[in-house]
Order: sequence, then structure tokens, then C-alpha cells
Amino acid sequence: MDAIAIISIFVLAVFVGFEVVSKVSSTLHTPLMSGANAIHGVILVGAIIVADHSEANSLELWLSLAAIILATINMVGGFVVTDRMLEMFKPKKKGGE
Amino acid sequence: MNSTLYSLIGLAAGVAFILALKGLSHPKTARRGNLIGAFGATVATLSVFLYVTPSHGEEVGHSLPLHNFWWILGAIAVGLIIGVPAARKVEMTQMPQLVALFNGVGGGAAALVAIVEYLNLGAEATTAEVIFTVFTVVVGCVSFSGSIITFMKLQELMTTRPVVFPGGRFVIAGTLAAVLGTSVWVVAALGTTPLLVLAVLSLLFGVLFVLPVGGADVPIVISLLNAFTGLTVAASGYVLSSTLLIIAGTLVGASGTILTRLMAEAMGRSLFGTLFGAFTAKPQEASGSAEERPVRSGSADDVAILLNYARRVVIVPGFGLAVAQAQHTVRELADLMISKGIDVAYGIHPVAGRMPGHMNVLLAEANVPYDQLAEMDEVNPTFGQTDVAIVIGANDVVNPAAQTTPGCPIYGMPILEVNHASNIIFLKRSMRPGFAGIENELLYDPKTMLLFGDAKASLTKVVSALKAL
Repeated sequence: MDAIAIISIFVLAVFVGFEVVSKVSSTLHTPLMSGANAIHGVILVGAIIVADHSEANSLELWLSLAAIILATINMVGGFVVTDRMLEMFKPKKKGGE
Repeated sequence: MNSTLYSLIGLAAGVAFILALKGLSHPKTARRGNLIGAFGATVATLSVFLYVTPSHGEEVGHSLPLHNFWWILGAIAVGLIIGVPAARKVEMTQMPQLVALFNGVGGGAAALVAIVEYLNLGAEATTAEVIFTVFTVVVGCVSFSGSIITFMKLQELMTTRPVVFPGGRFVIAGTLAAVLGTSVWVVAALGTTPLLVLAVLSLLFGVLFVLPVGGADVPIVISLLNAFTGLTVAASGYVLSSTLLIIAGTLVGASGTILTRLMAEAMGRSLFGTLFGAFTAKPQEASGSAEERPVRSGSADDVAILLNYARRVVIVPGFGLAVAQAQHTVRELADLMISKGIDVAYGIHPVAGRMPGHMNVLLAEANVPYDQLAEMDEVNPTFGQTDVAIVIGANDVVNPAAQTTPGCPIYGMPILEVNHASNIIFLKRSMRPGFAGIENELLYDPKTMLLFGDAKASLTKVVSALKAL
């Protein structure tokens, strides 16, 4: 991939990232952090790619398998715990006005 | 699957992550947003099994299935077996440290991915790839070890106070210099040994970076390390030519940075002060002969009488409430008072609990009606007309020192101004100061009454005393 394409993607993603969370009530800070945390668990994709590139029975393979385990914990655990937090908000009807 | 389709799936996953973050920013769409994110991540993970990313220098990848296919599946299974039960069983009170831990392992995974790809590339790596590898290893390791320390602080496996040792700032600055020097060494010398030295130094720096952070600032640091991990994922996306990783990592890096700033604002902390606390922190001065001073403590009956004749009561819940699992008893007390015609509200500080919004999660778990929860800006002007403020297991968020004592660690943090209420009742286990470790003047105020004991047991006694009246 050429450098300009990568820089473009990076810069645009920075702006999107800034934009989507610019107004969040403090109530949602914790779930939002937890959800964003789960999203970077997608490094699992990278861990699988490097495991594929590694020779059988090599140090590289063992390290990449460790990365897969850690990334899976990050991704799946992150989404599950975020869902649990948000589940509690769900049945509440906003009362009062 | 051809590379175009694979890239398009990656793009779709990237869009899913944007929608996820967008959804998570609004109460009504938050849960759906999280599910969209989970869906995107699942699709992205499945797609790697159907398309082989070419190794460096190859035009096309080898034919399917992936090399080491069963090992990969096995490792994912192990991750699921560890991650899912941990996320399902964790008590909501302990959830902040679990998030810290998940973030740490993500950073560790990114660092490992970079190291492995570096070992696989060997001398073929371009300078740009080596620079991104170095970045991923340094920041990933800092995120990993830093998160472990925040986990230990929140789990109270170690002190929650800032850990400051003499000459600490020089040790930290020295470690940082060593990390930077070794980074240059890796780029220049291209060897395995320099990279491993770099990883070890970065791990050490992560520990030193977080140690001087005080308990109250820990959530800000978790959020910051979360943004760090996002950036490492983006950098490893560059090395692996994966657009998806670049998009996802950058999104988290950017939104995490904004979130960190928002949190710091909600807590009235300067981000700079939190981050460079390591360089400026002084050991805490002893708070004089505070423990010797008299306090007024009362019994559950005294509290019940006070409540019985009140017209307006504000309940200020804190982390201690959750620790004692007293959410349900509080609700019982609130319902009883409402049935006696007393006006009851919960005053929720934005950072009550251990993280912004944590207290809302805990009270929602006890089915406290949403309309009884009043945010700080709403409830503060009403304390003047409040007869009784009941502070349950909270301390720092009502400490007037935040407004009156420049130089104290929480100075400038917005507080719930319970000191304006006619009577204040503190339910406390002991005279121990709060998470930030600061003495609270309000405990010695003449209009304050203390009810010592476990919050749940005390509340149960108050409820039965109030019923008897």
C-alpha cells in the first residue's frame, strides 16, 4: 500500500474518531471506553496473519499464538462486559419529563 | 476469496466500528452500537480465515487453509474460555479493573504481533516498517505493564496512593531516555536483541509511568492507555498492510484521546497534571493531628428521627455503597421515605464510583428509577433547601477541600455541595480517608452526624427504625 493512501486513511480516521465522540454524557463514559477497548481487540486479525506467516514449531509461532489468546480475551471479553453494563440501562424508561 | 472482496469486508468492518462508537455515545443506541461493533469484529476475524495475506515480497499468498490453522483455532478457543467467563462473572463493582486488564492484554497482543512480524521479516524490513514496529513495541508494552499496575491499584493489591520515591523523576526520565536510545539502536542495527531490550525497557517505563498516579486519576490513565493501544493497533496495521487495523486502531486512538480529555474535564483535572504527575508529585504531607479531633457519631435511631421530620432528603451514593452491596437497601429506604411524603433524590457525582458513569451502572442494577437520579448540576442548587444529605460510602466527591484548599490533590474537582444542606449524615466504615487519600473537613462539621459500620447493615437498621416511628 502506498504511503499517501495510508496517511489519508489515518488522517480521515482521526477526524472521524474525534467527531463521533465529541458529545457524550458522563453517564456513558465508562461503557464507551469499554466498547472502544473491545474494538482494538481486532488486533486479533493481525495476530492470525502473523501466525500464518510463522514456521511450524518456531518461536514466532508460539509468540503469535500468545498474541491470539490475548487479543481474543481483549475483543470478546470487551464486547461482553460492555453489553452487560448497557443491559442495565436498557429497561429504564426515562421518567419525569 | 480475492483480495478486493477481502478489502471490502475490512472496509465494512471499519464502518461498523464507526457506527459502534457513534451508537455508544447516545444512551438510546448504546447497546445496539456495541452489538454492531461486535458484529464487525466477528466478520473481520472470519474473513482472515478465507484470504491469505501475502508475506513480505510475495505477490499472492499461499493457498488455503492458513498455515498453523488448528493452532490458531486452539488459541482462539483458549482466549474465549478465559475471556468470556471473566466478563460474565465479574461483579459490577470490579468492572473498571477488568476493563483495564482487557486493555492491557490488547496492548500486549499488539506488541507481540509487531515482534513476530519483525522476526519473520528479518533483514527485508524497510526502515518505515522498523520505525512502526518500534512504535508498536514501545507503546504496546507501556500499555500492557501500565494497565497491570492500574489493575492492581483498583483491585487494591497495592496502595492506591501515588507511589513516589526519592529521585523518582530522574529514574523515569532516565528510563524514557533509554527507551528512546534503544529505539534508535533498533532502527540502526536491526537485530533481535535490541528489540527485546527495547521491550523490557518499555515494560519498565509503563510501570514507572503509572506508579505515581493517585487513585482518583486512575480512570483517566486507563482511558489514555486505551487510546495508546488503539494507536499501536494502527501502527501494526501499517506493518501488516491491513487497512482494517489502521482504521480501527486510529478510531480508538482518536476517540480515546477525546474521551480522556472529557473525563479529565468532568473530574476537574488537568490532563497534563495527571500525565506528568510523575515529574511533579510530592510525597503527601501528613494531615496533622486530624484523627484526634472529635466527631459527632449517632445511632440508627437518631438518623431515623432526623429523616422522619425532613421534607427533602438527598442521597449521595459512593463506591462504598457498592462495595457493601447496599444498593437494594438504599432503594428500600428511599421508597419508605417517599411513602412518608418526603421528597427524595439521589445526587450522582459524574465520577462517583471508580469511573465516570460507574455509579449509574450500579444503581441501574438495583432498579433505582432513572428519574430519581439527579446529576450534579441539577442537584447542587437544591442543597440549600435540603434538610438532610445522606452520604453513603462517598468521601472525595463531597469534600469541600476541592473548593477551598488550593494545592490539595483534588483541588478544582467539581463536588456535590452537601455542605449547604441543613444536616449531613455520613455512613462510613471507619475514619479512613477516601480513594484519593485526603482528609475531609466535613466529617468534623457540627451539623454532621456519623453512623459507623457496614453501609448495608447500618441502612437496614435505619429502615427498621424509621418504620417503627
